[in-house]
Amino acid sequence: MPETGKMARLVRSEGVWLFSRSPSAILAAIATVLIVLGALFAPWIAPTNPYDLASFSLFDGLLPPVWADGGDARFLLGTDDQGRDMLSSILYGARLSLSIAAMAMAVALVLGVGLGLAAGYFGGRLDAIVMRIADVQLALPAILTALLIDGISRGILPRALHDDLRVAVITLAIALSLWVNFARTARASVFVERNKDYVQAAIMMGQHPLRIMFRHILPNIVGPLLVIATVDLASAILLEATLSFLGVGLPANAPSLGTLIRIGMQYLLSGEWWILWIPTVFLVVLVVAINLLGDFLRDLFNPGMR
Amino acid sequence: MAGFILKRLVQSVFVMLAVAFLAFSLFTFVGDPISQMTGVETSLQDQARLREELGLNDPFVVQFMRFTGDMLQGDFGYSFRTREPIGAMLLSRLPATLELGVVALVISLVVGIPAGIYTALRPRGLVSQSILIGTLIGVSIPTFVIGILLIFLFGVQLGWLPTFGRGGTVQIGWWRSSLFTGDGWRSLVLPSLTLGLFQLTLTMRLVRAQMMEVMRTDHIRFAIARGVPWRSIRYRHALSNTLIPVITIIGLQFGGVIAFSIVTESVFQWPGMGLLFLESIRFVDIPVMSVYLVVIAFFFVVINLLVDLLYVAIDPRLRVRESA
Amino acid sequence: MLDVQGLTVRFRDRHGATTAVENVSMQVAKGEIHGLVGESGAGKSTIGAAIMGLLPAAGEIASGTLTLGETDLRALTPAEAHRLRGKRVSMIFQDPQTSLNPLMTIESQLIETILAHENMSIDAARTRAIALLEEIGIANAAARIRAYPHQFSGGMRQRVVIALALCTNPELIIADEPTTALDVAVQAQVLVLIRRLAQTRGVGFILITHDIGVIAQISDRVTVLRGGKVIEQGPTPRVLGQPEHPYTKALMAAVPRLDRRMDRFHLPRIAGETEAPAHRATTREAEDWLMAGTGTGPGPALDLSGITVRFRGERRGLFGPRADFTALDDVSLSVRPGTVMGLVGESGSGKSTLAKVIAALVQPAAGEMRLDGMILPPMRARHRSDPSRRLVQMVFQDPYSSLNSRHRVIDILSEPLWLYGLEPDAGRRDRLARAMLALVGLDATAADRYPHQFSGGQRQRIAVARALLSRPGLLLCDEPTSALDVSIQAQILNLLKDMQARFGLTVLFISHNLAVVRQMSDDIAVLKDGLLLETGLSETFFAGPRAAYARDLLAQTPTVRFDHPAA
Repeated sequence: MPETGKMARLVRSEGVWLFSRSPSAILAAIATVLIVLGALFAPWIAPTNPYDLASFSLFDGLLPPVWADGGDARFLLGTDDQGRDMLSSILYGARLSLSIAAMAMAVALVLGVGLGLAAGYFGGRLDAIVMRIADVQLALPAILTALLIDGISRGILPRALHDDLRVAVITLAIALSLWVNFARTARASVFVERNKDYVQAAIMMGQHPLRIMFRHILPNIVGPLLVIATVDLASAILLEATLSFLGVGLPANAPSLGTLIRIGMQYLLSGEWWILWIPTVFLVVLVVAINLLGDFLRDLFNPGMR
Repeated sequence: MAGFILKRLVQSVFVMLAVAFLAFSLFTFVGDPISQMTGVETSLQDQARLREELGLNDPFVVQFMRFTGDMLQGDFGYSFRTREPIGAMLLSRLPATLELGVVALVISLVVGIPAGIYTALRPRGLVSQSILIGTLIGVSIPTFVIGILLIFLFGVQLGWLPTFGRGGTVQIGWWRSSLFTGDGWRSLVLPSLTLGLFQLTLTMRLVRAQMMEVMRTDHIRFAIARGVPWRSIRYRHALSNTLIPVITIIGLQFGGVIAFSIVTESVFQWPGMGLLFLESIRFVDIPVMSVYLVVIAFFFVVINLLVDLLYVAIDPRLRVRESA
Repeated sequence: MLDVQGLTVRFRDRHGATTAVENVSMQVAKGEIHGLVGESGAGKSTIGAAIMGLLPAAGEIASGTLTLGETDLRALTPAEAHRLRGKRVSMIFQDPQTSLNPLMTIESQLIETILAHENMSIDAARTRAIALLEEIGIANAAARIRAYPHQFSGGMRQRVVIALALCTNPELIIADEPTTALDVAVQAQVLVLIRRLAQTRGVGFILITHDIGVIAQISDRVTVLRGGKVIEQGPTPRVLGQPEHPYTKALMAAVPRLDRRMDRFHLPRIAGETEAPAHRATTREAEDWLMAGTGTGPGPALDLSGITVRFRGERRGLFGPRADFTALDDVSLSVRPGTVMGLVGESGSGKSTLAKVIAALVQPAAGEMRLDGMILPPMRARHRSDPSRRLVQMVFQDPYSSLNSRHRVIDILSEPLWLYGLEPDAGRRDRLARAMLALVGLDATAADRYPHQFSGGQRQRIAVARALLSRPGLLLCDEPTSALDVSIQAQILNLLKDMQARFGLTVLFISHNLAVVRQMSDDIAVLKDGLLLETGLSETFFAGPRAAYARDLLAQTPTVRFDHPAA
């Protein structure tokens, strides 16, 4: 239904045309696709498995990238102190970072859009309750929420269990700090749409509220939601990296991009620059690319800003 | 007008109560305070007595009211870890965080608003495009990476500025300030830049978007059509209309400043509340966590109330109701 | 004074360039009101923007000359052009609600504009501003000048806008739809003001409008535009009274007349326009299906008694009472079976609210509704499966928002058939929907497209088809043509008349336009501020309304007075 909807038509005509004229959007799309593919197929394309202790040896520790003096052809981007291949670590790290971010974004999307749609459509008390919760959530910024949830889970879960559930906890923490964006955007859009005559017509005809919300209104507000989803995906990646950097995110034995950077910090003052800077650059490129796409989408759905 | 402010006040009280409730639930349900406070050697009887003394057997509502009442009187309880009163702990850390946050906010506004106006007025210029690309990269670099970069550049490579701590401070009453010594200012540069840069990009992009929208409105087109000088159109007509929504969001951004101060303080070992909070998480020091939560929410709510007042001051539609 | 010769304006877009205005020539003399009239896309606003030097970035003047007095407007530098704006040419925009800076007092906006162009003291500027406001009809101007725009009503605000355009004594004022957003009474006042200013101050006006009634009322000369080209030009009485060009003739024939009722609009075919050929067999299928459902008799009777609607207002002060707003106050009304009741009133009179009460979109505080004697439950009591859901249908004002832009036309049309269980078979639903499209005058291929691929008039046809596919008895039409161009309006009104007559529908037809209502209705009801002022037979009403307000309304409605027996 949406494939043949206005969205797709927009993409087919105006969108594609604008896209083809925007070098930054094209570059960003290529970078995003490459990184996502690399992360997705990491187990097949990475030279080694960084989780497999047998696959690396301390003798290969701290080798610089190929192009630097003393580089080893086996390790394109060098190795860390344990002798792990940096390229493999980064690909696996990106895989972890991206999947956490995507899952968190998906949870936030379902939760936020569901609540926002209902709040905007039914209004009244439900709306007041949802928005007050959103107010409270807004008073507690994303990082704070995520840190708190992590802290709470440490408090109530036994240590071993907490370590096992870390990915789930961090996903939940990020999702909870992002849902408000979706809810507010969905609600604001629904407020606009609800007063449009096509919705009034559907209400008048006696259609079921769920059908009106999901079949009539939702397809008309995907534009702004898509923009939020893109921008929030970038925020989710940043948030995960920040939490891991602060040491409350993922542990060192399953490093995400943020964890890699935290480990690399130890080499800030020494000569082994690649351990810090390569994952850092990789993370920044990924987020810049996603944000560029978000900007492009925003301009696309907001023609006045062009 | 009074109604508007009253409504906001009630909303704020609601938010504070909700946060206090959250903090209290945290305090009550996460970990057992008795087992945290006492050692293995304390007998069960002693534990039960302590429980009774602390009022932990009272109904939930009574406990919550006592908790809120204590908070209102400035009694924030004791840390599990250090056994110190939390009020004093936070108070000693407060100046560091506030100075960092305020300087960062000032940087973000002083640079962000003019840059936003400039890029809105000349959207196609080379400078604007570069600034825009710069800010896009700005929002995409995590705060801690910015911190690392600055440390690497100005601390390690150039050796110009200190990379951790507050440097020289001066004690004024209970307030320990780094704003009165050169060394203190030098120490403040990198952390506040780190914290301010991210907010700056947000402010700039927001001002730009709003300004471009205002420039398309009918009343600006009408001002152009009657030959009002460009300077007045831009800086009198357009800017004031731009700032109304911008002020609201800057109020919300203050929350961001506080949140990211946690990260900045961690990168620069800045002895503020954020660092204290991080430590309390690491050691599962629940009372400190919950009080920090309440304090941050309080700041946020107060700032947003001030923003609402400012709003009323700027917008005659809120100030003046009766018709002429 | 203003001389435009061979003006051609092009807009660059991704397909290359489109010509918005082509070879337009016109003159405006001192004190003359020159009307630019045409339907949407005629290029009238573009001409205004070109004269002001305010074309959007993508537009450019490809050829032609623009001369104001001795000044060649095209030769000006941007800075010179900006100094000229306000000083010698100024502009009035459509919507007074958005034309003024909400954050500045009227005083500072006026003084700033005067000082931008004249070398005088602030006090002198203030004196001039106050005098001007008095002249323009704002009483007690010395005090009210300190007010902010939001403290004025819509009509007063448009006066302030005119004062701002006038405060530097320009030679020419371009008024772009200056009365479109205003009610009839206010429109009449503003038009009188413009006429007076042209006479007393010798200001030349270019009056851009889609409303031929407005042109007929105050303009000296008129230029009829279509697709960016001049169709006809000349003194207003001549052009509107004895139009030469077929397009102007068709336009005049499409203008609903206030002075008499016609069975149908006789729309001459304009060269280059084709109407979709209707397949008799297909339309018959839809017709037979409708007849089978609704029977041959007239539609149901609608009886409203004591309908009252209140909207909750904001609290006054901290603990003050709520300033509730009574949108409808004890309205009782009966629509005879199979007839059209016209409901007229200004904006805010409650006429749309009444339709929404009947459609169960607004909850009345009191009152009773009956459809053919059966209680028609109000919003909260009307169950989703209530039979009246099908019987009562509505055609909305804005065809751009009344159809879901993400759904194909066929899905929009099949929805009532499916929802009300009228046709269990999907294939038959599809056939019927397409047949109904043919009946309302659209091609069957329209079914597979999306609403945005249609013009406003075509969309309104789709909306009518959707309503008919419920086999309704009562059709609520809420300003169904006010968003449409006048020639399209005539087509849609014809369609509604045809459908109403053929299927004996009971219709509540809501409009602010008395002329339109006269063409449509058997009975009429007049609402003002939520009160029902007058109701009765339509023709009796137009012969002589009883209520004073209704008489004013009738007198203030602009009419096209240049009668021509041929049409």
